[in-house]
Amino acid sequence: MRKLILASAVALAALAPVAGHAAGGDSIFPMPPVKWSFSGPFGTYDRAAAQRGFQVFKEVCTACHSLSLVAYRNLTELGLTENQVKAIAAEYQVPDLNDEGQPIERPARLSDRFKKPFANDAAAAAANQGKAPPDLSLIVKARAGGADYTYALLVGYADYAKLSAEDKAKLDKQVQKASGDPKAKFEVTKDENFNKYFPGYKISMAAPLAADKVTYVDGTKATLEQLSADVTHFLAWASEPKLEDRKRTGVRVLLFLLVLTGLMYAVKRQVWADKH
Amino acid sequence: MASQHGTPPVFSNKLVAWIDHRLPIFSYIEKEYHTFPMPRNVNYFWNFGAIATILLVLMIATGVVLATNYTAHVDFAFQSVERIDRDVAQGWLIRDLHMNGASFFFIAVYIHMFRGLYYGSYKAPRELLWILGVVILLLLMATAFMGYVLPWGQMSFWGATVITNLFSAIPVVGPSIVEWLWGGFAVENPTLNRFFALHYLLPFVIVGVVALHVVALHQHGSNNPLGIDPKGPQDTVPFHPYLTMKDGFGVMVFLLVFCAFVFFAPDYLGHPDNYVKADPLVTPPHIVPEWYFLPFYAILRAVPDKLGGVIAMFAAIAVLFILPWLDTSRVKSCTFRPIYKWFVFVLLIDCVILGFCGANPAEGFWVPLSQVATAYYFFHFLILLPVLGKIERPLPLPHSIADAVLKKKAG
Ligand code: HEC
Ligand code: HEM
Repeated sequence: MRKLILASAVALAALAPVAGHAAGGDSIFPMPPVKWSFSGPFGTYDRAAAQRGFQVFKEVCTACHSLSLVAYRNLTELGLTENQVKAIAAEYQVPDLNDEGQPIERPARLSDRFKKPFANDAAAAAANQGKAPPDLSLIVKARAGGADYTYALLVGYADYAKLSAEDKAKLDKQVQKASGDPKAKFEVTKDENFNKYFPGYKISMAAPLAADKVTYVDGTKATLEQLSADVTHFLAWASEPKLEDRKRTGVRVLLFLLVLTGLMYAVKRQVWADKH
Repeated sequence: MASQHGTPPVFSNKLVAWIDHRLPIFSYIEKEYHTFPMPRNVNYFWNFGAIATILLVLMIATGVVLATNYTAHVDFAFQSVERIDRDVAQGWLIRDLHMNGASFFFIAVYIHMFRGLYYGSYKAPRELLWILGVVILLLLMATAFMGYVLPWGQMSFWGATVITNLFSAIPVVGPSIVEWLWGGFAVENPTLNRFFALHYLLPFVIVGVVALHVVALHQHGSNNPLGIDPKGPQDTVPFHPYLTMKDGFGVMVFLLVFCAFVFFAPDYLGHPDNYVKADPLVTPPHIVPEWYFLPFYAILRAVPDKLGGVIAMFAAIAVLFILPWLDTSRVKSCTFRPIYKWFVFVLLIDCVILGFCGANPAEGFWVPLSQVATAYYFFHFLILLPVLGKIERPLPLPHSIADAVLKKKAG
């Protein structure tokens, strides 16, 4: 037993190096605290929050961002009925070919993936000062910090001029360290968007959300924090729709293994009883 | 059924006896996994070979299922992997098992090797057994490296680019070798295609080498924590039920830890950038390999010269091939080597430090640290080990395994 514990310690020591990149970005600003219903071993998505988040996504973000891995039919997993989802899909016109092979536009169906706002990446970049808005299907999994980072990004827009002198000094220091120039200073122009959590602190996306940007159908008060948390909740679901399955199965598998391990231990002790 | 060591088994079941008379598979199982004598004092470190075997089966089983749903083409690979996660029934489970299985395979094999290092299992007459193990390690690394390229995320692509580019450091023929590996002038569709073909092939080669590994093992039987040979039946126990039950328990504990990762932190050991589709025009700020390559990656970068780095990295594994002849001590187990015992742990710490160096950008104090750690790694094998064997005074060895076991019980 003692050796087993030692062996596990060795394994954990070997795992330690990866812990570095599991933490959030290297922003000088502390991350705003948020609690997610889907974190922890028994976590599940909050259907109401995800539905509100979908409303935000549909009314604001789809103007620029695609969600190419999610189909309209998937929305039923958030608790919307099939008819509701059909109606949502039908609001979009998607390209297709008719029976004569001529390109046409038809209303989207349940099986279609979310409509892309731009024909291709070049068009997307051209419409956004040269920086194509990324597809958001996996954004929560694709950034260190996960949902906490996405949320922080959305609430992290600030006026650089209003930062404390201390924070400004820290930013300058980071720029100096990165460039190797001891006199370098962090600068933002009027046209650039300062964001406390985006790597480099300057992002091509202007603040997409503000209080009351969306009027929630369920009457929830649309503060910036509420909107950001809800749309992040929706994007977390889009990144991992099978999260609930995974955790539910996991609890059962671990309980089963725990019992079996206990049995194995008892049998092993019994067998070895006369040999120790 | 016969269970005395050495006598051929008699099978009561007629069909079994009929088959065994023509194809002695039942005799084989009987001899190698039932009556096979195991030193009675092996500890839980001796579980990791069985654990690695289970993982090998798991990797092949999940891998074949993944392959039935995967598309090896630069335009579709990323989406096909996401489809497995989202649309294939239980696809997420198969993928999480395979992804984390690779990491846990390395955990098991590294512990397995550390066991060999600590208890001197590589010494005569087990040199070839150890060497076959190092061959398995190399095959495992190649398999894991190519597997990581398949999902065609940013780290897949850039990892493949960095590692294949290493070969360009070879004088004269380097650039041609790299083009040959790529099947073109960059990591592109032909590269992905051949990596998939090889990633499917190599695990079966590993199965073959593992079979040889077991044959070599059963020639002289397992080593043990005392590093002395069993002298008779009082020193051993039959493999079944003693080791089957002990291995069974060890495997279950390992699976518990493994499943905790699979179900509750499936992406903890991965890199978030690999959820971004490969883009040859966007270089990630830090290109890092998977955690199990980090110590070797650190050795590669510790040498300022590119060719020198590549040579050092390969040499780090090559020294393992000659380890049985570098160690000059006549005593196997570190239990009786009062000085070397500590240096084995220093080497372990050194490898962990190298891991951290590999995970961090090659700048600031990480550069000298990785150079010192690299130097120490080679110092351990090439200087310390041969010299210490000559000057160290080992503790007296016990008379027999049974003696030692009974004494421990009494005291
Ligand atoms: C006017 C177009 C536009 C709208 C509307 C928009 N975005 Fe963006 N978004 C962009 C652009 C452009 C980028 C790329 C920014 C960059 O890399 O500098 C981006 C990047 C992002 C990123 C990635 C940041 C990173 O770490 O790389 C996230 C997350 C994001 N947007 C979320 C949203 C959400 C959520 C909404 C809706 C509430 C939204 N965006 C609305 C244009 C837009
Ligand atoms: C696919 C990977 C591997 C598998 C499936 C495997 C399998 C096994 C098995 C089943 C045993 C007997 C049980 C035990 O002693 O734990 C064993 C023993 C051994 N293995 Fe491996 N092995 C693998 C990799 C390696 C590697 C990489 C090395 C070292 C470089 C190695 C070195 C040894 C040695 C020295 C022994 C004998 C140990 C002793 O008796 O003390 N193996 N292996």
